[in-house]
Amino acid sequence: MHTLTRKEKPKESHMRIELTVNGAEHTLDIEPRTTLLDCLRDHLGLTGAHAGCEHGVCGACTVLVDGVAVRSCLMFSPQAEGAAITTIEGVTPGPGELSPVQDAFCETHGMQCGYCTPAMVLVAHALLADNPEPTREQIVEAISGNICRCTGYAQIVEAIALAAERIRGANRPPELRK
Amino acid sequence: MSEARHRYVSSDRRVREDRRFVVGKGKFVADIDLPNTKHIALVTCPHAAARIKSIDKRAALNMPGVHYVVDGRELAEATLPLMTGLDTPNVPRRPLAVDVARYSGEWVAAVVANTRAQAEDAAEAIDVSYEPLPFVLDAEQAIAPGAVLVHQAHGSNVLLDKTFVWGDVDKDFKDSPRKLSLRVKWARSSTVPIETFGVVTTWDPWREILDVYASIQMPRYADQIGAALKIPSSSVRVHYDVDVGGSYGVKRGIKNTVLAGYLARRLGVPIRLIEDRLENMRGGDAHGPERLFDVEVAFDDNGVVRSMKMRALENLGAYAGRSPFQLGKPIGSIVGPYKIRSVQYRAIAVVTNKTTQDAVRGFGQGPTNLALERVIDEVANVLNLDPLEVRRRNLIRHEEFPYMIPSGTTYDSGDYHTVIDKVLADTNYAELKKERDRLRAEGKLAGIGIAACLEPSGGNATFEALLNPAITTSTFMDSCRIVVDGMGAITATMHTTSSGQGHETLVGTVIGEVLQIDPDTIRVARPDSLNSLPSGTPVGSRMAIMLGGAAFHAAQKLKAKLTAIAAHDLGIPPERAVYKDGNVFDRNAPQNKRTWADLVQIAHRNIHRMPDGCEPGLAVSHIYDVPTGGTLPTPDGRVQMYPCFAFEFHLILLSIDPDLGVPEIVRYRLGHDCGTQINPKIVRGMTMGGIAHGIGAALHEEFAYNDEGQLISQTFMDYLLPSSHEVPAIKIIDHETPSPHTVLGQKGSGESGYLGAPAAIANAVNDALKPLGVSINTLPLKVSKLGDLIAEARAKKGGK
Ligand code: FES
Ligand code: FES
Repeated sequence: MHTLTRKEKPKESHMRIELTVNGAEHTLDIEPRTTLLDCLRDHLGLTGAHAGCEHGVCGACTVLVDGVAVRSCLMFSPQAEGAAITTIEGVTPGPGELSPVQDAFCETHGMQCGYCTPAMVLVAHALLADNPEPTREQIVEAISGNICRCTGYAQIVEAIALAAERIRGANRPPELRK
Repeated sequence: MSEARHRYVSSDRRVREDRRFVVGKGKFVADIDLPNTKHIALVTCPHAAARIKSIDKRAALNMPGVHYVVDGRELAEATLPLMTGLDTPNVPRRPLAVDVARYSGEWVAAVVANTRAQAEDAAEAIDVSYEPLPFVLDAEQAIAPGAVLVHQAHGSNVLLDKTFVWGDVDKDFKDSPRKLSLRVKWARSSTVPIETFGVVTTWDPWREILDVYASIQMPRYADQIGAALKIPSSSVRVHYDVDVGGSYGVKRGIKNTVLAGYLARRLGVPIRLIEDRLENMRGGDAHGPERLFDVEVAFDDNGVVRSMKMRALENLGAYAGRSPFQLGKPIGSIVGPYKIRSVQYRAIAVVTNKTTQDAVRGFGQGPTNLALERVIDEVANVLNLDPLEVRRRNLIRHEEFPYMIPSGTTYDSGDYHTVIDKVLADTNYAELKKERDRLRAEGKLAGIGIAACLEPSGGNATFEALLNPAITTSTFMDSCRIVVDGMGAITATMHTTSSGQGHETLVGTVIGEVLQIDPDTIRVARPDSLNSLPSGTPVGSRMAIMLGGAAFHAAQKLKAKLTAIAAHDLGIPPERAVYKDGNVFDRNAPQNKRTWADLVQIAHRNIHRMPDGCEPGLAVSHIYDVPTGGTLPTPDGRVQMYPCFAFEFHLILLSIDPDLGVPEIVRYRLGHDCGTQINPKIVRGMTMGGIAHGIGAALHEEFAYNDEGQLISQTFMDYLLPSSHEVPAIKIIDHETPSPHTVLGQKGSGESGYLGAPAAIANAVNDALKPLGVSINTLPLKVSKLGDLIAEARAKKGGK
């Protein structure tokens, strides 16, 4: 398990916490210094959240906490008690299925290595939940806390715009869809 | 036009790898979870150079969960030094420092514990006693007489100093009416993937196999592990189905792997070493070139450049693996896209007390392109000619291909003037200049930047022989195997890892194209290294050409076999049998045919219906050597390097806030010609990503050191990767000049954008600064640097 800083001394005592992740309740005994990222990956097997820097800059560890994109490397697990945590596994509709956002990322090829991708998809979900019709600038702003080294962002921005367009279309009566 | 030529190639198809990544189901090395795995944390040297007097492990070994501590001496006794490219036996490179540490952050010892947290805590408790030593950080100081020696036994800091002369440089300089010289510096930066390097190893002492799961992108990985650990390479099983979270050349954690492999064998448990960001940035040996160029050109009054002298001084850091070869690869396109007829090139590589380098996207080409493009702009500048016009006058013309450059490489194809014309048809150059002048009138500093660059692609190792005559490698191969099983399903295999390049899509598309079968029905698998055919791995912008070529030829073999089986079964001469969409029919009587299912039945179960001498089953493979490969350098240092040359033309408008020094890219156009694009989504993504990476190298990224030899940009707070705010909207204008050497006319695109963006930006910044009478040729062009330069120039000019 990773820790946030090396300076902290190990504590022998574990702590019991309850987390709500993707709608399921989990009771866990963990060291209080365990970050939410490590907890999700190492204790719950949810490996879609990735470590890139573990100091809050790259955004690869992003999950949604009460619908808001949060860096799980900067949060200790006990701090997440009582909140609804959503990971990439939670927005995937079912085995073999893709959410409209995930499908749009595939359509535009909004990724290469895929390492930053789950976080980008979650950020897009959070953005579109708040703002179904984002401008290019708003999309750029929304993903600006997530570093992608592969794509130069163009096809990510296009994916989110495409997802927004399709979701809006899907919510319209068929005769009004383009 | 490609639609007419191809069924699947060049069409806008999805990338099959994407489905697993959007749901978080990539299999990255940190996701490998073997039972009973123990974790490594590293003890690192805090000094730029120091003698290790003692290492006291006792306190650490008594801490909870700690199993073992290994230091450099123990490891050195049990293993051999890592492979190097040059013959420099007195500059050995090892995973852990032995007696002397030579850069700040170098790994000195490794702790093994039950958890990474326990290992980190114990690493803090290891008491290393150091005697700080004098050090040298700057390459020019490192070659000065009396310099501090990084490796005493080597007797100097110079690992390589070689001068090549191709053509009559002296005469061309003498005959040219004009000359100019320029000093250009490419700063130490790298590709810095978001996933650090990681490796998990486990040793099975009864089978005598070391399993390796790693985020690796490196040729001869298993060979190098076996050699260092003194076990046969056939005892090393590298799992190529691990997804690599970005690499762009740099993921070459051989020292990490040898360390983890040693510990896995020593302790008999799975060992995991996932670098944290700090370990990666300081001691991960993943820095890129830091290169000082002195370039001199001889030209005429029309701006036609006849000859060039280039001296490249590379600061390698403390040790060298293959990194000095990054001075060699650019020789294969040393004159860029220009008709410069003679060249003198001096390549010097020195060691200093900085972090060790490894291969970075372009393998030295990006820095060289920067130097060349800056100097072409300066030629225009001194002649008061338009930089675009000067380029047009020097560019190789379409009808001159194939074109041999002075250093012996023949360029395959290109149509540079047309690419430029296409970009200018999209963006009117005169209007762009007006826009620049408008910005200037508004009080901004504004400039236009141009870069015309080549991306050598396809790979080839002949630069190794050029820099180290003891090396005679003239082979550079890749391979593909196709098996049609007894139910008729197709599985193709590739034999290396990928880090985002979409190789599974590449293989499926190419085989589907040849067999005229929907690529999505073709499974692409990655066997481990013990079950693989040779692969040169995704370096040198080569996979579209080389893996694509291997897949193409394997599919042709399969098609030929199916056709032969059908002809025999139909009782017709083979030339009458026609393959179409997986079935084979008689040209003279098309109703007589054998379907895919028939052919599978015959091949798998009816050997009595097979042609004589035809192997049963449907399994084919092809090992493909690089086109134009197979030659070694001539005594005067000429050789064919890479087979294919893609072209990129950058045209940008940039404005700088004169009070703050903040540059903003207002417009970005790229003309790009990489021949046939097998998957346009992938090519576009690579190119966009390459430009973003180039923007980083030009404006933001630097592994900077302070005077004490400490790396001061070691987190993402100080080493600034471009975010979505720093990358402007970019328009790419494609052109397609097929390569005559490749199976589908494809060239490489893995380095596209990156190879020219820094040059275009540096040219734009210098155009913007021109009214102030100053220029800058040292990357990165940071806001602080630009701000100071502008303020100084304005003060000199007499105020605002
Ligand atoms: S890993 Fe959390 S922000 Fe980088
Ligand atoms: S897809 Fe590789 S970092 Fe974003």
